[in-house]
Amino acid sequence: MESWIERQRNILDFTLSSLLRRKGKNAALLSVYTLVVFMLASVVFFVHSIKKEASIILHDAPEMVVQRMVAGRHDPIPIRYMEKIKEIRGVSSVRGRLWGYYYDSVVGANYTLVVTENSQLAAGKIAIGVGISRTRLAFKGDTLEFRAYDGSIIHLEINNIISSASELVSSDLVLISEEDFRRLFGGSREHATDITLKVKNSKEIPTVALKIAELFPDARVILRDEILRTYDAVFNWRGGMMIVILAGALLAFIIFAWDKASGLSLEERREIGILKAIGWETSDVILMKFWEGLAVSLSSFLSGILLAYVHVFFTSSALFEPALKGWGVLYPDFKLVPFIDFSQIATLFFLTVVPYTVATIIPSWRAATIDPDSVMRA
Amino acid sequence: MRKSNIFLLGILIQGFLLLLLFVHATYTEKAAGPRLEEKREMVKRLELTDLCLFTEASYTRHLSQADLHTPFQSYPLSLEHFPSGSILQPPAMLKRTNGKLD
Repeated sequence: MESWIERQRNILDFTLSSLLRRKGKNAALLSVYTLVVFMLASVVFFVHSIKKEASIILHDAPEMVVQRMVAGRHDPIPIRYMEKIKEIRGVSSVRGRLWGYYYDSVVGANYTLVVTENSQLAAGKIAIGVGISRTRLAFKGDTLEFRAYDGSIIHLEINNIISSASELVSSDLVLISEEDFRRLFGGSREHATDITLKVKNSKEIPTVALKIAELFPDARVILRDEILRTYDAVFNWRGGMMIVILAGALLAFIIFAWDKASGLSLEERREIGILKAIGWETSDVILMKFWEGLAVSLSSFLSGILLAYVHVFFTSSALFEPALKGWGVLYPDFKLVPFIDFSQIATLFFLTVVPYTVATIIPSWRAATIDPDSVMRA
Repeated sequence: MRKSNIFLLGILIQGFLLLLLFVHATYTEKAAGPRLEEKREMVKRLELTDLCLFTEASYTRHLSQADLHTPFQSYPLSLEHFPSGSILQPPAMLKRTNGKLD
């Protein structure tokens, strides 16, 4: 056993010396390889964590939301719809939600205004998310101006800044009283933005949804499951930018593998020829190439994973931020919870280390089985 | 020091750091419990439906509440032009294909 270990170490020594002889080329290879693993791992970590966090946070989202559609657009829903919905067997509570968007031309940001049922907010007072506070430099006690639907200016005093811990859901929120909401947007008191409801038995949710759709043909019902599925689908691997990143990484690996599988350089072939001439066996040469592939891919893999973890969970995915932010002025400053598990690391390992290591062995085997004399003369 | 020793030491250190990541992840996950609970409670209290990730357009802000054809509402040939549209997937319903007509 000891001699076997010693043999491996000797071959590894030789392999590392051989790699160091081509320092520049191998350093470039190592950097690109690390970068590819880093990008792939960053995407995997980010996507998995945000999906998991969304599923936890939105677990208590409304069981069912009923919207009214007019000419293909979401329209305020008459409050009288609630009476009929209440009568459906299995429905335990119904509430009309009031919410909407407000475009703040001062900073070019869209706010989400929400009226809360149990709000402690008096008329003239609002609570704002940290994103708005940061963008408008507005704090508790300050006043924000809003332009109402009729052109009048409404001054609302900031009563509270919503905790920064919940920024992922509240960054652009303005909590407002019903009275101020109606002053700002007008509209009839007989209408709400949409209706939310609770169902006693969760198994009855599809039946209740079907009944609502039958009762109100102009209604669109959104179930909690659909809300949760939305976030599962948003960052699906087939979606938009994900496929661009994955395709880029895949292409890079095809180039790596092609470079390796298409054969060795003249210098490498000569090296193998000399090794065979001085008594190395084919199996020794293959072992050397195996160590070479493993040394490059394993160090790149580990460095890439470590850097990706720091990128996603310590710098809040700084490289992805411009893409996620888009044209949005308000972007939540959030730190994802690192929901990582062994299967993610194993998937990345089999996607990156194994193909490269295998790709280095095949051409070496071909070179190692030919006559050393002809290799050295070539 | 032998080159193989330096290499193996390097791999060991990286492996150890990888292990530390798992320890850090487990610890952070546990520590984040109250923070997640706070967000969950807020979602329940305010009856929120979406994450505040893409604030650039109403239909990207509330992904789950948007109509299925919102990007085309400005005018019939209005193509999706918001950057976050390149990250999001179109709803499955839009991708459903019917039988060939010819």
